[in-house]
Amino acid sequence: MVKKKKRGLGKIKGFSIQFLPYSEIRNLNGDERIRKILNIVLGNNILFLQGRLKPEEEVRLIGDTMAMVEHVKNFKGIELAVISGNGDEGFMDRFRKGLVNFLVKGDLGAITIIGPATIVKEIKRNPKKIELFLNK
Amino acid sequence: MAIKIFKNFFRGIFSKIFGGNNEIKMGFYGPPNAGKTSLANRVCKDWTGEEIGTVSKVPHETRNVQFKEKVEIEYKGRKLMFKMVDTPGIATKIDYEDFLKYKMKKKDAKERAKRATQGIVESIKWLDDMDLVIVVLDATENPYNQVNITIIGNLVARKIPVLIVANKIDLKKANAKKIESAFPEYDVVGISAKNGTNLEEFYESLFKISKKI
Repeated sequence: MVKKKKRGLGKIKGFSIQFLPYSEIRNLNGDERIRKILNIVLGNNILFLQGRLKPEEEVRLIGDTMAMVEHVKNFKGIELAVISGNGDEGFMDRFRKGLVNFLVKGDLGAITIIGPATIVKEIKRNPKKIELFLNK
Repeated sequence: MAIKIFKNFFRGIFSKIFGGNNEIKMGFYGPPNAGKTSLANRVCKDWTGEEIGTVSKVPHETRNVQFKEKVEIEYKGRKLMFKMVDTPGIATKIDYEDFLKYKMKKKDAKERAKRATQGIVESIKWLDDMDLVIVVLDATENPYNQVNITIIGNLVARKIPVLIVANKIDLKKANAKKIESAFPEYDVVGISAKNGTNLEEFYESLFKISKKI
């Protein structure tokens, strides 16, 4: 009897780290951005995205991730963290940052880390450091 | 700003003419097991004598949005009518195997995980309908969690007033100050929903942020 191959992520054998410059998503709409991100994560990649998503896109990413958990076998969700300035900058720094963000249509001073929960166990962060723990 | 003033003005006139209710939709949001339902139950019990939902040590006990309408709260002679909306905890991952640690059967754990994912989607959908939101955080946990930041960021983007509650201050590990320093721009109230500690301060802050609606 031939065993049917189960579709889904299967057992994790490895992963890679992918860097995505902001220019790759700048001209995409919210739907396309989230689809692109989830496609990368579903391919067992830990994504380092230059910049950050808008708050409504972040929450949408969580919602779409949950919908995928229901439909993609062995997909348990994502680990997500955004690293950006600590807000201690002075007025001029904030003004300069705001101007640059406005011109490039995004927050380039931030980095967003997104990984599949099957690979990334936890992203621990406090104001001074960020630690990425992987599943054994 | 001008649009908001006009909107509120006409809403006030219409509700007076057509007798619409003036309930403030108050949502309880936060990560799983932070004590959203415990706090909502405490408030409901105080003012209606009834609870809103069941609580459990197993995460994702609340898997559907739960309501309690016409909850009138009085503080220092002022009365406000609320519609309380208790939401499932928001998370970025759900693994049914996590529920097995609580001696749950595999089939039940899988069903709970499935319902929990649907609950999160439902919670997110309800964000737009809230007049104000109580973000309930577990004071024993690290507040620098992206889910907390994402929820609060979304409420700010939607211009919904936020009150952060640092729950479980009765526990030794609790550190409400850490939550205050993580979110310095917001009102943070340390409480124990389980023991009813500091609820007076909670109601005071609730009435304060209600003015921002």
